[in-house]
Amino acid sequence: MTAGQIDAPPVENMRERFVRVTTDLLDQDPRLAVVLADITAEAFEPARRRHPDRVVNLGIREQLLVSVAGGLALAGLRPVAHTFASFLIERAFEQIKLDLVHQGVGAVLVSAGASYDDAAYGRTHQAPGDVALLGTLPGWTVHVPGHPDEAARLLRDAAAADGLVYLRLSLDSNAAALAVEGNAFTVLRSGARGTVIAVGPLADEVLMATQGMDVTVLYAATIRPFDGPTLRATLGTAAVVLIEPYLAGTSVPAVAEALTDIPHRVLGLGVGREELRRYGTRAEHRAAHGLDAASLRARIGGFLAASCPPGGTHGRARSHAA
Amino acid sequence: MEVMPASNRYGYEDLPGLMSLMSGDEKHDHAAASTLDVLWVLYDRVLRLSPKTLGSASRDRFYLSKGHGPMAYYAVLAAKGFLGVDELAGYGGFGSVLGWHPDRNLLPGAEISSGSLGHGLPLAVGTALGLRASGLTGARVFVLIGDGELDEGSNHEAIAFAGRRGLDQLNAVVVDNASATHGWPGGIEKRFSIEGWSATRADGRNHAALEEALTAPHPGRPHVVVAAIRKASP
Repeated sequence: MTAGQIDAPPVENMRERFVRVTTDLLDQDPRLAVVLADITAEAFEPARRRHPDRVVNLGIREQLLVSVAGGLALAGLRPVAHTFASFLIERAFEQIKLDLVHQGVGAVLVSAGASYDDAAYGRTHQAPGDVALLGTLPGWTVHVPGHPDEAARLLRDAAAADGLVYLRLSLDSNAAALAVEGNAFTVLRSGARGTVIAVGPLADEVLMATQGMDVTVLYAATIRPFDGPTLRATLGTAAVVLIEPYLAGTSVPAVAEALTDIPHRVLGLGVGREELRRYGTRAEHRAAHGLDAASLRARIGGFLAASCPPGGTHGRARSHAA
Repeated sequence: MEVMPASNRYGYEDLPGLMSLMSGDEKHDHAAASTLDVLWVLYDRVLRLSPKTLGSASRDRFYLSKGHGPMAYYAVLAAKGFLGVDELAGYGGFGSVLGWHPDRNLLPGAEISSGSLGHGLPLAVGTALGLRASGLTGARVFVLIGDGELDEGSNHEAIAFAGRRGLDQLNAVVVDNASATHGWPGGIEKRFSIEGWSATRADGRNHAALEEALTAPHPGRPHVVVAAIRKASP
């Protein structure tokens, strides 16, 4: 079987692809080790049988999950630790801070569940704050793939590297994989009246929402490091809408940092801070947070209209709290 | 920082003097540190580790989990040549490599950064797994924790898993000076043995007894030594 065949499967979600690619990588790279806390353990069983010392299911122990990743890295291995985002990042946050970052070792954290993948489970399985939390720590590369093919490629790169990588998998996916070069943003569309940055699986909604608008649309499958240079190089009117599939505004400070010397306005859209206290489906939660194409179109349109008053021109945009 | 060649220049009797360099006093109260004898026996008689082998993948590792009050640790590291004696006086200073909690990125002799309780044993579980996965089955990991530190639930995730997994490269020392607020009725050893560990208790001041307990064979299981320390009379 070639790598191409492994990367070009039938319909398969990001988590299923993660299992298949990681199983393949375990055969190739003796440095790689997978640590689990029951979640997805069954799918990794064939890999565990082949590599019993490098595929370890700890049981329902998430603090140990992250610490063991740190301990494996101290012994020279490349650990991949995986569970739902709420337990991987939120429950074990001090272990991430101390047993990975403070020790000065690398690891690949791969989460499932995202912000509301399993909406019917309620708040316990929703982790919209994960990227913001990791943003309080130095050194993290944060990938938010928008398609299983992107996830596969980012995973392969992360496994072969040494640093701290968070790969945020979701059941939401764009219809097709987008071209992604390294950690850079991809230009999906060019326009003059503003820039819309779509992160990960929200790209399709954003493209629909901005149909016919004179805006630049950038796509980010990697949000840390934040690709400020591409934002600056493609900037027309300095009005930026950032659309993230997790806590609204998470990367607004990164936009501000990239545009420190340019008067600009920025609108951060994403998952709201308030608890919805709703069950239901992913689509219902997307709509409730105003992240469906129709809501996005109205919010982006309103923001851009405010940035271009009659007579207003490029470079004269005022600072404005959205 | 010049690291001294491994030598026997300093012995156990020199530790109070080395600690005085950090504390800046001559009273030597700190020489009563509960961890002092365990640390000395580990570095003097048990660990297959020297400043020269610090970069070797097959070395034994020592993880100081109970990072509080690390003067005894630094004194032992200095005595064994992992650290220049001239570094000791800077203890806790802004430019010093010796903090009130150790940082492995500043002090090469420290295998982990610690200070927040309940991290050393879980890290050691990961390292023991990693050594086994790398075929380095001769290398051992020793981790020192306190009886009060056992309150942290993260330890119990590690104890249960390590026992069931039979991680025989893993060795824990629990320095027991009865400081856990709610105690451990029935004994600390029981918390480990019921999970599948080999467990024993030794006098935490008796070097021969500690050496014997720390080197007792424990094929197929992790091993814990509860080092009992009588609290100093007021």
